[in-house]
Amino acid sequence: MSAPAFRSASGIADGRLRATDVLEATLSRIDRLNPRLNAFTTVTADRARAQAAAIDAAVTAGRPVGPLAGVPFAVKNLIDIAGLPTLAGSKINRGHPPATADATLVTRLEDAGAILVGALNMGEYAYDFTGENAHDGPSRNPHDLSRMSGGSSGGSGSAVGGGLVPLALGSDTNGSIRVPSSFCGLFGLKPTYGRLSRAGSFPFVSSLDHLGPFARSAEDLALAYDAMQGHDPLDPVCVPRAPDLVTEALHGGIGGLRIAVASGYFRAGASPEALAAVDAVAAGLGVTRSIEIPEAATARAAAYVITATEGAALHLDRLRTRPGDFDPDVRDRLIAGALVPAVAVTRAQKFRRWYRAAVLRLFQDVDAILAPATPSVAPLIGQKTFVLNGVEVPLRPNIGIYTQPVSFIGLPVVAVPVPTSAGLPIGVQIIAAPWREDVALRIAYALEASGVAVAPVPALEG
Amino acid sequence: MTDDQLDAFILAGTALLELPIPPEWRPAIRSHLSVTLSHARTVMAFPLPDDSDPAPVFSA
Repeated sequence: MSAPAFRSASGIADGRLRATDVLEATLSRIDRLNPRLNAFTTVTADRARAQAAAIDAAVTAGRPVGPLAGVPFAVKNLIDIAGLPTLAGSKINRGHPPATADATLVTRLEDAGAILVGALNMGEYAYDFTGENAHDGPSRNPHDLSRMSGGSSGGSGSAVGGGLVPLALGSDTNGSIRVPSSFCGLFGLKPTYGRLSRAGSFPFVSSLDHLGPFARSAEDLALAYDAMQGHDPLDPVCVPRAPDLVTEALHGGIGGLRIAVASGYFRAGASPEALAAVDAVAAGLGVTRSIEIPEAATARAAAYVITATEGAALHLDRLRTRPGDFDPDVRDRLIAGALVPAVAVTRAQKFRRWYRAAVLRLFQDVDAILAPATPSVAPLIGQKTFVLNGVEVPLRPNIGIYTQPVSFIGLPVVAVPVPTSAGLPIGVQIIAAPWREDVALRIAYALEASGVAVAPVPALEG
Repeated sequence: MTDDQLDAFILAGTALLELPIPPEWRPAIRSHLSVTLSHARTVMAFPLPDDSDPAPVFSA
């Protein structure tokens, strides 16, 4: 189960492996380990078995199969799966009617041959960086079951990190792909805002919502990303842009790329492990230059304000009628968001345009910027505070301090996993200019090839 | 703002929005509101020209 997806897909496509066998091994591992990891909320075994049989039949008949042939994947439970209610981590949505169709990205992965095996645990309504959930219990970190998986795509991190599936989808509004990637030691891609369709997913903050993949190798990330690209009129934010395929370009090397380390805001408050990981990545790439991203703290504040207020607007009716059915941690933040003066939101959106222009000027001189993904390795489940800049602060809203200023203007980022002296992994963000996912993925691939970024599956069975 | 001022704001605002808030929820809401408003102050303190456009642009 620790084999990368691209390897099993090629084995299935050329008949050395059977999709059915790969799937049964996957379902068996989920059966054995999910009670410990709590990554899955639903396993779609029947659907998956039918899909695997169809792929094996296609191979036997000599018909072409896709680049992800027989690769099992799972999706955060805010992504529609036909026939299931889309929970978005909530109790309230359990009463919703089942989705009538799959989300666009599920369809595109299946069109490439991947096999959906289930839905994954997440923080309620995606307002979370911990992976905890008041209704389903916490998804757990595969490297230390007492620690957080990270949120809000915690089940995605837990499932891929624990080797239950090689590929998962999550969403990222302020860091919800990059934080679990960091805590669970994975490669995660948050694409450019508007690149991948969000159609058929339960929203959080439309101004900032992205969907993207998790994997244990850069090549798997690229394969999944390529399979999911393309305009979708069902998502008004998805741009009418031809796919920029990257998988083939991964092997082209990173010669000539100008890379710098983010200084100032992106080093203040980081733990020694986070700084060491950034420095290891920089050393692995031969990077000595640093660069200051201007007004990153203001960008983080603006993302915070937009998130609180748009989230509150989305859930206002539910807060009126069913406040007792929310996770209290989420509910109280949403109620606070409903009370923020509108002038602050408009100013935040105006600042967003100013900040975008300022950061784009940096990309005239660099192709990629390195920054920590999280201030620390995974905290303990239930931990409420941590130390940031020498001050004890609430943990839940502050885990995303390094991710928020980046997603705020929709830049593409690959989080790469780096081992630490603490025995737990931590992520480093590789941030590129808009629409240059290829740059971030090529760098991630080079770091994996040189052994700086690694995503081993921990021993979870005795 | 003091805690009393924030509580008064919470009471008035939640009444306006018809949000039922038992008293025991108020400390957590106050804490979250205080943090969010401090971020709002950071944003509003940033000088922007009058002709700056917000990021979202509607297209018909």
